[in-house]
This record gives sequence, C-alpha cells and structure tokens, in this order.
Amino acid sequence: MTVLRDTWIVFKRAMLLSLQNPAWVIIGLIQPILYIVLFGPLLTQMANVPGFPPGNAWNVFVPGILVQLGIFGGAFVGFGIISEWRSGVIDRMMVTPAARSALIAGRVLRDVVVLLVQSVVLIAVAIGFGLDVPVSALLLALVLVTLLGAAFSALSYAAGLALKSEDALAPLLNTLALPIVLLSGILLPMSMAPMWLQHVSDVVPFKHMVDALRAIFQGQIWVASVGIGFGLAFVFAILCLWLGTQVFRSQTR
Amino acid sequence: MTDQISTDTIIRARGLKRTFKTRGGMVEAVKGIDLTVERGRIVGFLGPNGAGKSTTLKMLVTLLTPTEGQATVVGCDLRNDPVGVRRRIGYVAQNGTTSPEAKVGLEIVSHAELYGIPRAEARRRGEELLGAFDLDGVWTRTCGSLSGGQRRRLDIVMGLIHRPELVFLDEPSTGLDPQSRANLWSHIRGVRDRLGTTVFLTTHYMDEADSLSDNLLVIDHGKIVAEGTSADLKSRVRGDAMTLTLRSPDQMPGAVAVAQAVAGAGNVQSEGNVLRFQAPNGAMVLPGLIRDLGAAGIEPIGAEVARPTLEDVFLTLTGRSLRD
Repeated sequence: MTVLRDTWIVFKRAMLLSLQNPAWVIIGLIQPILYIVLFGPLLTQMANVPGFPPGNAWNVFVPGILVQLGIFGGAFVGFGIISEWRSGVIDRMMVTPAARSALIAGRVLRDVVVLLVQSVVLIAVAIGFGLDVPVSALLLALVLVTLLGAAFSALSYAAGLALKSEDALAPLLNTLALPIVLLSGILLPMSMAPMWLQHVSDVVPFKHMVDALRAIFQGQIWVASVGIGFGLAFVFAILCLWLGTQVFRSQTR
Repeated sequence: MTDQISTDTIIRARGLKRTFKTRGGMVEAVKGIDLTVERGRIVGFLGPNGAGKSTTLKMLVTLLTPTEGQATVVGCDLRNDPVGVRRRIGYVAQNGTTSPEAKVGLEIVSHAELYGIPRAEARRRGEELLGAFDLDGVWTRTCGSLSGGQRRRLDIVMGLIHRPELVFLDEPSTGLDPQSRANLWSHIRGVRDRLGTTVFLTTHYMDEADSLSDNLLVIDHGKIVAEGTSADLKSRVRGDAMTLTLRSPDQMPGAVAVAQAVAGAGNVQSEGNVLRFQAPNGAMVLPGLIRDLGAAGIEPIGAEVARPTLEDVFLTLTGRSLRD
C-alpha cells in the first residue's frame, strides 16, 4: 500500500526532527506534571465536598489531565505546519507522487507517538502520588488519548494550513481552549456544577470523554457513559482526519 | 491523435487559464497561455512581479488546477495524470524546499523515499549530487546553517534527486549576492549540459534571463507577449541607443537635424546638451554621424552606443519597465 509506505516516510522524517530537538516534547510534558504535582494535592482535600465522585481523588483527577493532554498536545501542532509551509517543505512534498492523506497522516502519527510517551510518564508520576487503577484501565486511557490527540493534531494542521498565519491561528486556538477546559470538567467534575452549567456542558463532547475515562478509572467498563465517550472520540477523530486530508488536497486546487 | 506532439516537446500548453476568487470579485491571474518547450533547453520565463509567472508555473507542476485549458508535461496530461507529471518533474519553489532545523541528509533521503527510491540509493545519489554542486561534507549539517547560495544549491539537489527529465526553478537567484548568483548560474547550465535535464526557470531579472536561457518567454498581465532567443527579442527593438553630449545646448537644433537625417533613426529626444536617439547598427553609424556634426560646426564632447538589453525589449513590447 503506497499510502502506508508514504505515511511511514513522512512519520520517520517528522519523528527524527522531533527527536533531534526534544525541547518541545519536554516542555509539553512538564505542564501536565505540574498539574499533578501542584494542583492534584489541592483536589484530594476536596474529595468530601458534595457532588465530588466517590473513591480515590486521583482516579477522578488523572482522567481529566489525560484528556487535557490529548487535546492540547495536538492542538498546537498547527504552528509547525505554518513554518513548514513557509520554508517550502509542504509544496515540495505536494509535488512528489506521495498520497495527500499520507502527508498529514505521517505527521499526525508522530504527534500521537509523542503524546503516548508523555501520557505514560504522566501516569507513572500519578501512580507515585496515589493513582490506583488496573492496567486495563490505563490501556483504555491511552486509546482515548490516541483518538483525541490524532483528532486535534489533524484539526490543528488543517487550521494552520488553511490560515497560513500564526497571528490568525493563535487567537483561534485560545478562543476554543478556554471553554473546552472549563466545560469538559477536566479540572473539576461537572457533577459539582449547578444544573444549568451541567446542561451547557452536556453539549461539549469532551465532557463525555472525561466522564467515560472517570468511569473506567472507577472500575466501571460496561456502562453507557463509556460507550458514549469512546464512540464520540472515535467519530470525532475520523471526522478531523477526513477534514485534514481535505484541506491538504484543497491546497492544489 | 490528430494533434501530433513531437518527441522533442517536453511541455505543451494550450489556453491555460487561472482565475482566483477574491473579495473584490474574480481576478484573472493567467489569461490563456500557449507555450511549447523543447527538450534539453534552458527556458527562461520572464516577467514583472504579478505578471502571472508563478501561477503558470504552479499549474505546470500540479500545485494549482487550471481553470481552463490543457497541457502535456513530459508526456503526461496535466489534468488526467497529475501523479504521472509529479513522477517526471522536479520543482524548486521560490521559498525553498527544506526545513531549517532538519539535517541535509534527512531531507534528501526522505524526499527521495517519497519517489520510491530506497534509502541506500538515495544516500548514494544525494552525496553524488551534493558533490556536483560543490556541497561536499554538508550531509550532517542542518539546512538552516548553510549560506544562502549553498541552501539554494541544496534546493536544486532536492529537485534532481529522482532524476527528472524536466526541472522547474522558481526565481532561483532571488536574494543571492552577485557572486553566488554567477556561481548558481554555472551550476544551472551544468544541469542541462551534464545531466541533460530540461530547465524551465522563472525570473524577473533581465540579466539572469539573458545569460542563462536558450529560449525566452515573456509574460505580462497574464499573457505571453513575446517568445524567442534573447538575440531574436533584442532585434525587435528598433536599434541601439545612441547618446551624444554636446558642448553647449545652443548647438542642439543643428544636432537634432543631423540625427534625424541618419537612416532608420527614431525616437530623437533632447534634454539640455544631451541628445538621445535610436538607430540600427549604432557602431557603424557613429563615425559618419560625428563627421556630419563636424561639417555643421558642432563638436560633440561625448558619444555612447548601447546595445539593447532585455530591459529595452520589455519596454518596447509592453510599454512599461520591468521594474514597475
């Protein structure tokens, strides 16, 4: 399959570039660890507040941080594609016989691999602090991070390549980031929110993904919320990858 | 096929058009271009900024779909077989081909792999091409650490790694210092002479087009306005530019009369004590001109004959300077 071969070639190049300058990987890792170290202990004090889910506070907190890592680990990669476009790399690749979908898929794959490494480190730190879940739950968490990371990375590449301007991409991402963080219950579970706010958050798909992961981390796998959360993540990822490929194709129209 | 294409023709375009939608309405960037490029030539595509050069080039390399018209590039139809075109051409964009953080070797090998060339072969070809372009020893350096001229030569190496029959260079020498430009030109000639690759290059520099190209296409306002060798095009300008400086402006009326009497003279203009006009074969006209002026009691203190440049050609063809 030439698409797979081309994806692998684009992935290898992108991965080697990331490994050559791992500063960004490390910076991306420090932020979630800071959340665990500096914010997690606060949350454990809140476990008795009405509305806070029962059980280990870390099992409630870490799913949110993992979803956040998936979203924001992917969301900012669009800046990279703008600078690649500016240096002529994108046009150069477009003029090769490579499949258009491979040009984006290879880059998304690199982002997902970086994200998975970050997630494993984050989970290890969290276990040190008191996270206590079976390995199967951790594997499902990594699946969700993969889906979200792939979706946001594809979306960010699409936005970056469509806008071709850091000055336009930055405000777009900032505008989206804040409501997503606040309404998906990443930091505090939405079950603590007043009714109207819960209803607003119900339309945010990422809230359901956080809920799904929290259920899994509390030992419930065969419940509706898990199916909804993972189903949404899957559909969202497919949609974003399709959109990303369309934007790459439209570059030569 | 009724429309027989010679085997020596590498690009044949008919009626290529491209319109862009903008907020102000539809803009016709390219208004119907016919062009034919023969194998083994260096063809210069010359025109001012905004004339439609890059748009035409992007259509020919499959980066933009033509709104109308058709073209065959290295035997493949632009519309029906863009992948076939991509396999057979190299393209070096104006803004480069490499990431500044990437190592030279990584860019070369990954680029070659996209054409299905195995890694070992890519490395062998890459080292060989780098050597041919005086870039030995840069394999493990980052592309951003190369000088402007080196980086530009690396771009051409990238464009040639899959041994295309035809390579497109978009404004190859823009931003280079004069020495690097001259050096780049000799390398571009080498691409044709040593590799037998046809080169299609765009430029808005007259000297570049003049010194490099076997054939020239002049584009203005989205249409081809002239085609031919540089000598052909220069012969279309009425003649050489003659400039005479007189001792005093008082002598001007007499001098103008003498100039107008020269066979084929045109465009006689005077300004202060400087007289300018055009005449064919200026170098042969000059001695007789000075003799006639002397007979009229006028003694010029300076005389100059200038061969027409492509700049003059462009001015004659389009009525405007290339710098406008």
